[in-house]
Formats: sequence, structure tokens, C-alpha cells
Amino acid sequence: MLPFILKRLGLALLVAFTVSFISFSLLFLSGDPAAALAGETASGEDIEAIRTLYGFDRPMMVQYGEWLFSAVRGDFGESYYFKLPVASLITDRLQVTMLLGLCGITFALLTAVPLGVAAAIRPNSMIDRLALFLSVAGQALPSFWFGLILIVLFSIKFQILPPSGAESWRHFVMPTIVLGYYAMPAIMRLTRAGMLDVLNSDYIRTARAKGAGEGRVLFKHALRNAIIPVVSLAAVQMGFMLGGSIVVESVFALHGAGYLAWESIARNDLPTVQALILIFSMFYITFTFLADVLNAWLDPRMRSA
Amino acid sequence: MTEDTLLEVRNLTLDIPAGGGTLHAVRGIDFDLKRGETLSIVGESGSGKSLTSLALMGLLGNSIKRSADVMRFDDIDLLTASRKTMRSLRGNRMAMIFQEPMTSLNPAYTIGDQLMEALLLHRRVGRAKARERAVELLEKVGITSAGSRLGQYPHQLSGGLRQRVMIAMALMCEPDLLIADEPTTALDVTIQAQILRLLVELTREMNMAMILITHDLGVVARVADKVAVMYAGELVETGPARPVFARPSHPYTRGLLRCIPQPGKTARGADLGTIPGIVPSLIGDVTGCAFRTRCAHAQPTCRKQIPVRGEVPHQFRCVHADGAISAERETA
Amino acid sequence: MSDITDPLTQEFQAPSPREMLKQRAKGHLGLLTGLGIVGLLALVAIFAPLLAPHDPYAQSLMTRMEPPVFLGGDWDHPLGTDHLGRDYLSRLIYGARVSLMIGAIAALISGVIGTTMGVAAGYFGGKVDAFVTFLINVRLAMPVVLVALAVVAILGGSLTVVICVLGLLLWDRFAVVMRASTLQISRRDYIAAARAVGASTPRILLTEIMPNIFNNLIVVITLEMAHAILLEATLSFLGLGVQPPTPSWGLMVSEGKNMMLFEPWLVLIPGAVLFVLVLAINLMGDGLRDVTAPENRS
Repeated sequence: MLPFILKRLGLALLVAFTVSFISFSLLFLSGDPAAALAGETASGEDIEAIRTLYGFDRPMMVQYGEWLFSAVRGDFGESYYFKLPVASLITDRLQVTMLLGLCGITFALLTAVPLGVAAAIRPNSMIDRLALFLSVAGQALPSFWFGLILIVLFSIKFQILPPSGAESWRHFVMPTIVLGYYAMPAIMRLTRAGMLDVLNSDYIRTARAKGAGEGRVLFKHALRNAIIPVVSLAAVQMGFMLGGSIVVESVFALHGAGYLAWESIARNDLPTVQALILIFSMFYITFTFLADVLNAWLDPRMRSA
Repeated sequence: MTEDTLLEVRNLTLDIPAGGGTLHAVRGIDFDLKRGETLSIVGESGSGKSLTSLALMGLLGNSIKRSADVMRFDDIDLLTASRKTMRSLRGNRMAMIFQEPMTSLNPAYTIGDQLMEALLLHRRVGRAKARERAVELLEKVGITSAGSRLGQYPHQLSGGLRQRVMIAMALMCEPDLLIADEPTTALDVTIQAQILRLLVELTREMNMAMILITHDLGVVARVADKVAVMYAGELVETGPARPVFARPSHPYTRGLLRCIPQPGKTARGADLGTIPGIVPSLIGDVTGCAFRTRCAHAQPTCRKQIPVRGEVPHQFRCVHADGAISAERETA
Repeated sequence: MSDITDPLTQEFQAPSPREMLKQRAKGHLGLLTGLGIVGLLALVAIFAPLLAPHDPYAQSLMTRMEPPVFLGGDWDHPLGTDHLGRDYLSRLIYGARVSLMIGAIAALISGVIGTTMGVAAGYFGGKVDAFVTFLINVRLAMPVVLVALAVVAILGGSLTVVICVLGLLLWDRFAVVMRASTLQISRRDYIAAARAVGASTPRILLTEIMPNIFNNLIVVITLEMAHAILLEATLSFLGLGVQPPTPSWGLMVSEGKNMMLFEPWLVLIPGAVLFVLVLAINLMGDGLRDVTAPENRS
């Protein structure tokens, strides 16, 4: 298994490196970062001053090397807007986002896996149709609109949940549902497909021929095999969810990293945006790497390879 | 039903709903089996052999309709047995091994876990005892260094070894009846003989009845006490192995026997027989002899009710009183 | 066996593949519903100038936030007016244009990119495959909404920019699916046969591979179109997509959000239409998959 992990780690690092270059290059997309930063009303002198201040006059690769070198040590420069170190700005906000992401993926797994299993046990039954309906609807539901509807219902009409903020667990209920529902359809479909596949396999017949009861057949023999790909998917979805937290956090005014990203983009605060893109990518890369390792460990065929 | 009859089946019928009709997969078959006896059900793929065995185990899917006049295992009526009763029989008093050793073991668990599970499900024993028994049986099926094998996963074993594990697993509770569904088909020829010999030895040693399902008449000749030849969902000929092989009466049985070379009888360079045509569709109304579409001696009367010929225990179903043996000799 | 009427000798007549496709399509409720709704909305988008009762840009301070008819409004503005007094129905109708156009063009751009990458990876394998797989990994690691927002913010939120950004970001699923399909096809014997008779690589790709992966391509195009439409709406909702006063459903939700407390319909109506359109396109895509390749059903 060690060669597999090392190989996978190498890939992860290479992807991370490439992503870091792309997020850095964003700065140069506008042509002249100094002019963009100075704003439309700035004079030529102002622009020149900014250019030297931020070192934009040096070759791009030098700037990238410097940026990456600092970033690796956790220094992402200073926010143009907040005039604070980007790193401390982000660490503050990241806690909220991580919490939200964890709640979201837990919600998604707790609804999707049981539903997928139930749907696979009785294909074409009412519960299968319900699961299919929920997943089809979930894939088409715009998260921002779903969030607003929840606010209209539970904050305005019934007044049982706060519409914004992050002070108590009640503030996290609606964001969790919105974020979790975003990841649910894919997990549900994969669980259902995997279970259907496994339930038709020869070793399930063997388990039944041994005299194992239905519960044992389903949960010990079938689910254990069907859940392996779901683990990977959940990690991928978790990565997507952190990236997607920008929408949910802006709808519910939840001051996490996603909200910070939205603010920074609107304010042209490029160092913060670069750092956030890099950090969200790193989360995705880390999650998928860990998932692949966990996967390999769950699957004896890969564990011993 | 005599004292030592273990299994009795009368008029077993299996219907599968298919698009636009019903597939009459198995139609009114009878057989019985005594303790320690080996019955071999022979036939082409799709003839209903495997369905029959799954029906005995109560492992048919919900969509398949099963009916029978009698289906009795020892003193238990399988037709009325509850799910719970069936579960307590499976893997305990009746066990089964399957055709595909490569896919019949759960890839996620060690073979030790899977072996012990069969015992732990049915006996009040601890894991240590179960482990002992697993080692004992692995040794019995000829697996060396059995103790260390317990921790291995199925993918680490060859097909032959896996089938041995499957056999050991089926025998964990010393069943009265072992159903072996094409146990050697997926294996190399050299391994086939070993596995077969092992099965025969074990049935003798444990005084276990066995239903051996196969399409290989060579296998049958070596191990079976009784033979049932199945064609398109019906038993066309049944009887003790010796007379069936000496005097095959149904044209299909003779056709099958012509398909295998017989040492000393088949001349060098001579053509082996083939049976022309394919197994007919069994969807819709199926009456008469299903073999008539491929039989050289078919007559219009083959579409009517077919009489049972011969004397107990060697019987066959054909419109020809002699199974068209005389007609065959004339054409030859 | 001269007996022709014997039921056992009658062979089972299988319908032709095209016939089966038609049969399956006719019986597929989801596909029909999806096609119907998408078709209807496409017609609405095309004939927007004829159907819209008002100019979608015409502001009227006198008639601001009039309620829709079902909430007591009048038939002059069936779905009411927004905070600038613009006719809501007209803006919805023109919004269909924006959504469908962005969705279709973005899906097309990403389709070309992703298919080229995927087919190349699947067909050539080896280093090409490794490189494409690597690019897919890089692409998946980038947070789409964030990157799209940032790029739109830097380049400015014109329709062209939004379309290009989405087109350049959404090729991953095309690449993944096309790679897998090509891999599967190019292992088959008839590809080896084509090579053996000396067919050139472009020829094999065009005449042997493409027709066989076309069904999958159509399915991914529909699903990605839905994805692009959702993303456009999200970007516009966050204020960094299509810019005012262009009528975009996402933007309409965003504009209505401030008045949500008193006039929730301002948010509900455009969001619901967006939901229905995306749902219909997804139903169409899923349906097409079921009909063309029932074995791939998940």
C-alpha cells in the first residue's frame, strides 16, 4: 500500500503546485495588476508607486516564486482592503466554514446513505421513487434560492430560526440543510447504484446460502462493499462544498471564509482571493488524497497491493 | 417415502414472469434422494438446473413463482416452511457451493471470517471453537498451512483454492445435503478432477447426500449414484447411473452421450456427435416434448401429452415406447 | 421438422434498435416532460419580443412593486413589477433568453474542450492520458464558483465574459465521460480491424469512435447546460455575473432579496422558473441516458 500512497501523494503535490500557479496568475489576468489595484481614477504616478510598492515591476516568475515561498510558510501577504495579514484573516473565518462543511457533509451522508440503501433494497417502490425525486430535485435546486426560501419560511413566516449570523447552533440549521442538500443527490445515487450492484453479486447469494439473515446480508455483506466508492465521493463533495460555501455564507450572512471570498472579490482584494482559492483547492486535494488512502485501506485488494 | 429418504420433490414448477408472458423455466419435475446418496442433474445451460437447486434452498428471487405437490427435506415441509425455518436450514443442514469461486466469496472479509460465520450463525460456539473448526475443515479440503490462510482475503487465493474454501464453508455445520452447482466448471481441468474427488470423498466420509449439478457427463459417470437428465425445464430421463449410461433411452440423453468421447469406444478420428438446433423459448404455453424441435425422430404426437416410459427406477418421457432406439439403429 | 406452426419452433422476433429506442422514449415520462418544458421555454426565449407584454427595461416609478394577479394585482402586469417598476413577466421572458443562451454556448465551448481532451486521452492512452487526467485533477481542485467570480470581477461582467468563463471551467465532466467511453470503444475488435485495414487515426476517430460516443456526449451536453445555467444564476445572484439592467433570473432573485420580507414573490417567481428549467433539462438528460444506454443507468 505504501507505493500507492507515495504515488498518490506525488500526484497531489503536483496538482497543488499547478493550482498555486493558476491562482497566482489570476492577478495578471487584468493585464496590469497595479492599475487594477489603483482604481480607475488613479494617475500614472500613483500606478507607478503601487507598482514598485507591491513589486509588480519584477518578472512574473520571480513574484510567483516569492509568493509561493511565503505561502508555504503560511504567509499570504497583506490584504489590500483590510490592511491585515491575509493568513490571520483567513484562519479566523475558516473555523466557521469548516464547521459548516462538517455539518453539511454529515447531513448529506445521514440522509443520502439510508435513502440510497432503502431505494436499492426495493427498486421501484415508493421509497425508491421518493429518493429519485429528492435527488433529481436536489440537482436542479439553486442553493441560493433554496436558502432564501428557507429564510422566508422559517425566519419570516414561522420565525423559528434566525436568518443570519453564526452565534448559536440554530444559526447553522438552515445553512447545513442547504449545503448538505447540494451534496446529497450524488451520494444517494452512488449508494443506490452500488447497493443494487452488490446485492446482485454472487457473494451475497453465498451469504444467504449460509443462512445469514437479511439484516446481516444487507449491512455486513453488502453495505461494506457498496460504501467504498461512497467514501471517495463524500470527500470530493466535501471539497466542492467548501468551495460552494461562498453561496451559502453570503445568503445567510455567515461570516466564514466563503463570505470573506465574496467580500474580497467585490473589493478587488487580490491577495486574499488568491490565498482563498489556493486554500480551498488544498482542502479539496487533501480530502481526495485522504479518501483515496482510506479507500485503499477499506478495500483489501488494494491494501495488500 | 421410506425411512432414509432425505429429500422428496414432486411436480416442482417454477414460473418467471417475462416481458409479455410467463417463462415456464421448470415444469413438473420429480426426484428424491436418500442419505449419503449422490444425485446428478445433467443438462445444458438454461435447462433449469440451477433454478431447481436455488428453489430447494429457498433462494429464488421474489419474482419467481414456485409450486410443487411435495417438497420435503427430512421431516420439514419446504413448501410451508417459514423464512426463519429456511434460514436455520441453509448453511446448517443444507449447504450449497456455486459455480463461480472467483466471485462467490465476499472481497471485504478474510476467508477465516467467512468460514467461521457459517458456524457462528447456527451453533452456539465461541470464536475460538469456530476458528478451530475452520482450520480443521481447511485441512480436510486439502489446504496446507490452514491456520495462516484464515487471515487471507479471497483475492489472495487462486480459483481452485477458493473453491476449496467454498466447500469447507459449506461443510462447517456438517450438512445432511450438499448442493454443488457446477462446482468445477470455472476451474482448470487438472483442478476439476481434484475438486471432484474431494467432493466424493467428503460425501462418503460424512455420509452426506449431494446434488451435483453439471453439464459434464464425464463427471456424472464418475460420481453419481443417480442421474436426472434435464432438458428445457423437464426431466427427460431419470434413473440409477449405471443403467442410464448403459441403456440411455431418451433421444436427448443419447445425444448428450454422443457428444463426449469414450475411451475404448469412440474410434480415433471419428466425429463426435452434436445436437443440432438451440434450446427453445419457454415463454408462453409449453406442452408436449420440448426436445421435439431438435429431435430427429419428432412426430406430430410429440406436441401432445408425453407418456412416462420404462420401469422404476429407470424412467424416461417419450412418445416412442423405446425412445426411438430402433429407429435410430435403422438410420445408422 | 416440417411443422412450421409448432409454437416451440417460432423464433423470438427482436425489434430493431431504432424501434426499441422509440419505444423506450415513448414510455419515458421524465424524458417527455423534460423535452416538453425545455421546448416550451426555448420557444418563449426565441419569441420573447412577441410574447413579452412590456419592454423589460422600461422603468416606471409610478408602478413600483405591484403585486402579481394572484396576489391582487391587475392584468396589465400579470406577475407584477419590480423595485424599478419594470414588468416582471417581461423580464422573466427575456431572462429565459439569457439563461438558455449562456447555458447552450457555455456547454458547447466546454464540450469542444472536454471532448477533445477526453477522446485524445482515451484513444492515445499513455502519456496523453496521464496528462489529461492530471489536467482534470487540477480543474477539479479549483473551486468553480470562486474562480469564476474572481475572473468575472477582474475582467468585468459582460455576457461574453460570463459565457467564456463558464465554458472554460465546465469541461471536466466532458473529459471524464468521453475518456471513459473512448477507452471502452477503442478496446473493441472493430477498432483493431479498422487499424488493420490501414485506416488513419483521424478517420478512425471520426468514423468509428465519434458515432459511438455521440449518445454519451449528448447526455453530458444537456447535464452541463443545466450546470452552466445554475452557475450563471449563482454568479449573477452574487452580483458578479450578468450585470444590471440585463434581465437574468439570478439577478432578479438578488434584486428581490432586499424586499423579501414584504414581497417574497419577487424572489420566489424567478427562482422557481430557474428551478423548473434546470429540472427539465436534467430530466431530459437523464431520460436520454436511460433511452440510449439503459445499461448505464445508475
